[in-house]
Amino acid sequence: MDFEFILKHIPMYTEAAILTIKLGVMGILLSIIVGILCVLIQYYKVPIIRRIVSVYIELSRNTPLLVQLFFLYFGLPKMGIKISSEACAVIGLTFLGGSYMAESFRSGLESVDKIQTESALSLGLTKAKAMRYVILPQALSTSIPAICANVIFLIKETSVFSAVALADLMFVAKDLIGLYYKTDEALLMLVISYLIILLPASIFASYLERRLRYAGFGN
Amino acid sequence: MEKNEKVLEIRHLSKDYGKGAILKDVSLDIHKGEVVVIIGPSGCGKSTLLRCMNGLESIQGGEILLDGNVITSGKTNWSLVRQKIGMVFQSYDLFPHLTVMDNILLGPLKVQKRDKKEVEKEALTLLKRVGLGEKTKAYPRELSGGQKQRVAIVRALIMHPEIMLFDEVTAALDPEMVREVLDVMLELARAGSTMAIVTHEMQFAEAVADRIVFIDGGEILETGTPEEFFKMPKTERARKFLDTFKF
Ligand SMILES: Nc1ncnc2c1ncn2[C@@H]1O[C@H](COP(=O)(O)OP(=O)(O)OP(=O)(O)O)[C@@H](O)[C@H]1O
Ligand SMILES: [Mg+2]
Repeated sequence: MDFEFILKHIPMYTEAAILTIKLGVMGILLSIIVGILCVLIQYYKVPIIRRIVSVYIELSRNTPLLVQLFFLYFGLPKMGIKISSEACAVIGLTFLGGSYMAESFRSGLESVDKIQTESALSLGLTKAKAMRYVILPQALSTSIPAICANVIFLIKETSVFSAVALADLMFVAKDLIGLYYKTDEALLMLVISYLIILLPASIFASYLERRLRYAGFGN
Repeated sequence: MEKNEKVLEIRHLSKDYGKGAILKDVSLDIHKGEVVVIIGPSGCGKSTLLRCMNGLESIQGGEILLDGNVITSGKTNWSLVRQKIGMVFQSYDLFPHLTVMDNILLGPLKVQKRDKKEVEKEALTLLKRVGLGEKTKAYPRELSGGQKQRVAIVRALIMHPEIMLFDEVTAALDPEMVREVLDVMLELARAGSTMAIVTHEMQFAEAVADRIVFIDGGEILETGTPEEFFKMPKTERARKFLDTFKF
């Protein structure tokens, strides 16, 4: 193992890791927003748009991120729409994550008893306020474990970003292997980089889950 | 205020869920300060009737008026109407993610936009009145069934409704907790609240009611004072129903 090589290339990995985190965080936040929108559209049975959401969810869940990225990066320019690698990565991750988030929120919403909406309405709350103050807080806390699982899943999925020419962790590792044939070192650093990103996320997720279990409102 | 003032008028109400009528031509007036107790066999439409009164169910015929205004015409501002009609349900319906105090404050603050300090003070007074002055910071899961229902009553009362609807609020309670909830309702009745109560507690009905309404098969079969109804029911079905409570 060439430790000198490893030390020398830490900055490269750090930079790549920061890019991965940056794009990952943006994609995940947007996924959450898209997920909430989709699930509200379905919950309130908004006509027409609701069908579009169903199609989107099927499409998103049944195609690999790599294929989605290829479509964005190589397919769209052929139709005259050119977007940057970063935008492709964020849009792709959001397209994938939105449906997963929507499913998690949906199971949370469905776990809230109908009587909760009715008693909120009977206090004079509008549907929107009942959703905001009564239903969503309960739904979210039920959804959190599933949402955390999605976050970790999506971070792992970022490893295909190099396919659209982004200098992410995967890209750097492949690059170093190609240039110096230091396969062991490059891969070791790749694994460690992902662990450094994912372990805290996992630990935080299980902490959240534990907190929620103890808070355990409901019955 | 006039005792004869009508708070709620139900005129020829009919309701069905698509497979036959649940309520048939129901007419009922509830006057200011009056306590109307609605009784009848399981499945006869009591809950449905209460739910129609505050718009939780759509209706297929007839109309309902609150303070002389039709509220079933389709352009009703239900948020406004429901502030005037408090409701307590059979199942414990407190919001589990909020403390007792926050459960009570939600309506006054988010709907009525009242001053927080003032409402908190009133909430505490009401909680003390129902014997729960110590529980402001408790979560619903930390309360007994009877305590939850008393909080639910306070949560409805603090909106200053013109009429309160109670749907079998003690039906899910352990026997030893029934009393504490009924006592609160009895006290409200004595204080002059207008109430529509659905209950299976016949002695309570007799004690609290100004008028008994007996429903069977979605129709009002009898109305009368508690003395009339319990001593000399006019219909055979009411007699049969009352017999089921005798041992
Ligand atoms: N959402 C619904 N869809 C279809 N039928 C319903 C629905 N809700 C109630 N019903 C039917 O309407 C009838 C009246 O129900 P309701 O709940 O009003 O009875 P109830 O008098 O309150 O009975 P209980 O004393 O058991 O509470 C019943 O036959 C019931 O099956
Ligand atoms: Mg009922």
